[in-house]
Amino acid sequence: MFELNLSDWQILLVKLGLVLAIVPAITLVAGYAEHKVMAHLQHRLGPMYPGGFHGWATLLADGLKFIYKEDIIPAAADRKVFSLAPLAIFVPTVLTVLVLPLDETLVVEELDLGLFYLLAVSSISTIGMLMAGWSSSNKYALIGALRAAAQLIAYELPIVLSAAVAAMLAGTLSLNGIVEAQEWPFVLWPPGIGLIAFLVFFGAGVAELTRPPFDMPVAESEIITGAFTEYSGMRFIFSTFFPEVANMVIISGVATTLFLGGYQPIVPLGFLDAVPGLVWFTLKTAFMVFMLLWIRPTFPRLREDQLQKFAWKFLIPTSLVLILAAGAWVLYAPEGLK
Amino acid sequence: MNADVVREVFFWGVGAIMVIAALRVVTTQNVVHAALYLVGTLMGAAALYVLLLAEFVAWAQVLIYVGAVVVLMLFGLMLTRAPIGKANYDNSQRPLAAVVAAVLFGVMSWILIDAFSGTELELAGENAPRTQDIGAVIFSSYVWPFEIVSVLLLAALIGAVMIARRDEPEADKEVGS
Repeated sequence: MFELNLSDWQILLVKLGLVLAIVPAITLVAGYAEHKVMAHLQHRLGPMYPGGFHGWATLLADGLKFIYKEDIIPAAADRKVFSLAPLAIFVPTVLTVLVLPLDETLVVEELDLGLFYLLAVSSISTIGMLMAGWSSSNKYALIGALRAAAQLIAYELPIVLSAAVAAMLAGTLSLNGIVEAQEWPFVLWPPGIGLIAFLVFFGAGVAELTRPPFDMPVAESEIITGAFTEYSGMRFIFSTFFPEVANMVIISGVATTLFLGGYQPIVPLGFLDAVPGLVWFTLKTAFMVFMLLWIRPTFPRLREDQLQKFAWKFLIPTSLVLILAAGAWVLYAPEGLK
Repeated sequence: MNADVVREVFFWGVGAIMVIAALRVVTTQNVVHAALYLVGTLMGAAALYVLLLAEFVAWAQVLIYVGAVVVLMLFGLMLTRAPIGKANYDNSQRPLAAVVAAVLFGVMSWILIDAFSGTELELAGENAPRTQDIGAVIFSSYVWPFEIVSVLLLAALIGAVMIARRDEPEADKEVGS
């Protein structure tokens, strides 16, 4: 394991470079899709204007705008924590990508405990939200941070529990292993358990992303983007836009991996095996991302207490029952059915 | 590069970060900074677990201590009092705390050195601990401690709900109107 030589270091550097290049690229693509899909869904003309054809330059214009904005740190803010907070949100986001299997062999680092690693690392960014909200020395920012922390903790549980269902059915915590263990028709088998676990995971995932209808921590009309009220320019991009869009893709990718058969073909037809797994993974993930984009302009924001009730009184009990059901299925289902 | 050298460098580097962060936890004048320095110490512990190939413990450390315990501490601080800048919450028990910490450090070090000094573990290859083995051991040899801890946590959970719930059941109805 510790037999290091020069080529190992080179491999490490190449992997690191690839991750650092690919994550922003994917985020830009998803961000572009978000602009366009929402513009179409809401019949908005703004995002269709810049650059001429179909408003192709919207994202470019947006990015330039943020680069040229003044980088402001409030006088009363805690400067060190204020500038570290975007990093504490951004870095865990990038680290989660490491274990996602894009294809049978196309994974940055195949960990035995991939799923557990993913859940652990993604939980760190909550601290970043609290850091941002507290250090801004702004009431709205503090309320936003507290809402964010309460929400992320509450919805972490259904995510972990429903992911545990997938791990129990597969009998492993390795993400590659979970993909391999799934057979067509993926989420629909075992009957009920898979589908409900998927829905719980997806619902809690939307809340983890703090996107509508669960966007109370950043609610712009009540607490002005919550923890990030005082952030501007590139700091704002790295603490809100970037992690939110990247996490959207990552949650979609994880849902694809855990429940939708990952890089396996959508239907088990022989000739489809010729298509690379990366294509299937991308298609499924893109579909999930589209669902997330569709939800955002469709539903109104819930109330804070409704949000907490939904997690503690509905999603968590449901996922606990699911774990029992999954355990019973693994132990007692007839061999022919599994 | 020699693998052992890399391991040593990592160990002492991470160890230094942990010690500095731990000292800052108790010396800083700001409670929120103290909690944030604690993150550094806990992450360092996770890194050391990874260095010992105890991956499961490492990620459990991150998920539970960094992702939940510190978040709860920060949450509690910010809900009650967490002013920016210097706020001295120290009291006269500082010397006593130092003595207790020193004694605890001495006893723990002594126990660990007494029990494991000179023991060498070959962790690579075949002997690498696997998560499956940990799971199997917890649910066979250690099933009673596991169950007792489960009951204890359940009791704590129910206790928290009992303390947090409102005394008068009528109050719930008024909120809805």
